[in-house]
Amino acid sequence: MSAAVQEAGGYNFAYLDEATKRMIRRAILKGLAIPGHQIPFGAREMPLPYGWGTGGIQLTASILGPRDRLKVIDQGADDTTNAVSIRRFFQRVAGVEVTTRTAEATVIQTRHRIPERHLTEGQVLVFQVPMPEPLFRLEPRLTEARRLHALGDYSLAQLRLYEDIARQGETGSSYNHPVMVNGRYLMSPSPIPGYDNPKLHRSAAILLFGAGREKKIYAVPPWTEVRSLDFDDHPFRPMLAAAPCAFCGSRDSYKDEIVSDDRGGRVFVCSDTDHCRENQS
Amino acid sequence: MSALLQAEGLRLRFGAAPALDGVSVAIWPGEVVAVVGESGSGKSTLLRVLSGQIAPDAGTVHYAGQDVLALSEAGRRRLMRTEWGYVHQNARDGLRLGVSAGGNVGERLMAAGERRYGSIREVAARWMERVELDPARMDEPPRNFSGGMQQRLQIARCLVTEPRLVFMDEPTGGLDVSVQARLLDLIRKLAKEMGLAVFLVTHDIAAARLLAHRILVMRRGQVVEEGLADRVLDDPRHPYTQLLVSSVLAA
Repeated sequence: MSAAVQEAGGYNFAYLDEATKRMIRRAILKGLAIPGHQIPFGAREMPLPYGWGTGGIQLTASILGPRDRLKVIDQGADDTTNAVSIRRFFQRVAGVEVTTRTAEATVIQTRHRIPERHLTEGQVLVFQVPMPEPLFRLEPRLTEARRLHALGDYSLAQLRLYEDIARQGETGSSYNHPVMVNGRYLMSPSPIPGYDNPKLHRSAAILLFGAGREKKIYAVPPWTEVRSLDFDDHPFRPMLAAAPCAFCGSRDSYKDEIVSDDRGGRVFVCSDTDHCRENQS
Repeated sequence: MSALLQAEGLRLRFGAAPALDGVSVAIWPGEVVAVVGESGSGKSTLLRVLSGQIAPDAGTVHYAGQDVLALSEAGRRRLMRTEWGYVHQNARDGLRLGVSAGGNVGERLMAAGERRYGSIREVAARWMERVELDPARMDEPPRNFSGGMQQRLQIARCLVTEPRLVFMDEPTGGLDVSVQARLLDLIRKLAKEMGLAVFLVTHDIAAARLLAHRILVMRRGQVVEEGLADRVLDDPRHPYTQLLVSSVLAA
């Protein structure tokens, strides 16, 4: 027994038992071999509720090694409840080093954002996914959705896009906009803002997606083509707040809108806290 | 010239009841074939077997030289959305009710690989006009349309990719008489303009007379009589056809 295990008070390194990790790693390898394809796996009960990142936390637990440095973000921020508790969880059960700096992390678990800083080879981004099926709102039967994936028939998703443009005049979804991975599988990017979608394309880092409640894992290997679904004459255009960040003045980062007083005052601040800190220093 | 769709010796039993008992059919390009018969005679089963939706116990179905029953599901779906059309009896089965009229018409175009929003709109508007719907209403959901209009919308949705063969399952069922007449008129016009082959299942003898070039009469899973529409209806030979024709109510 290593020191890390004893530290965790009887838990195995990174909480999950080795057999479970093996099963999850196998699913990850399968996912990487078929980019964008959802691989079912036997998700375990985790010590946090569904919807708080049970899928992501299992992926992180399975890939974490003692020399890894972990960063956890929730909506881009390192200091929100979800991020803090997951980070502390791995500090306790794995004894790994943690960081808030994107550049220094080897594994980044994220909820609903991709860090602003370009990720590099060797980094792994783990997404928490609430609903892995991109056809979920279009085809209620999962069996039929699976068949559509198998046949590569994505006219339904294109139809949804058509409806958005017909109703709102633009490709409507500002988050969770479906992407085509490697020209084959339609994939839900998890609810990241459309602004982050282009970062999926030819990403240097490995992208892993875990859905705990739906028991699915999918992945995008490095340098894979990832295209947001659109029409030729209505190309996908991510939305970006016009105002600069109130703290660092950045114009090209994704912003959160924050109510600043009780007279309707609002400010925009970077959603990625590490990026904002770097800009200010 | 060879038949567009050729089926030989189709047999299918549902339990003890024979739904198809040695049925052979040929549909030629541009031809409208109607199948008439009472409920349970196997006409809808025949339609579903011919369109590849259920496999028969025995027999073959060939479409333009391809063995339909041996096709993979991908191949069958490709046929279904390019070469074929399927008009359901109930427009609500054939339409997507949560999607605008224009989207309904455009779906097959997108399935066929169209990726330009502008041309999808353009073609959808043209087709709405062709089925006598106001193109200005293309962004309205189908539930805003009346029953007859929904049925015309379904026809536009089927024909937008210019199929060669359309299966119709009681397309006029559940519509009132004047709407039926207008719809039949429209189907006849479009079939003629586009040179469509139509395989029509109906229990409405009048509809069959109006549309069909050729009529098959089915009873207990067998084709009991087959011939040119006028011949079958004006000079029925089989006792069952005679009964069927004589029981049509004259207005």
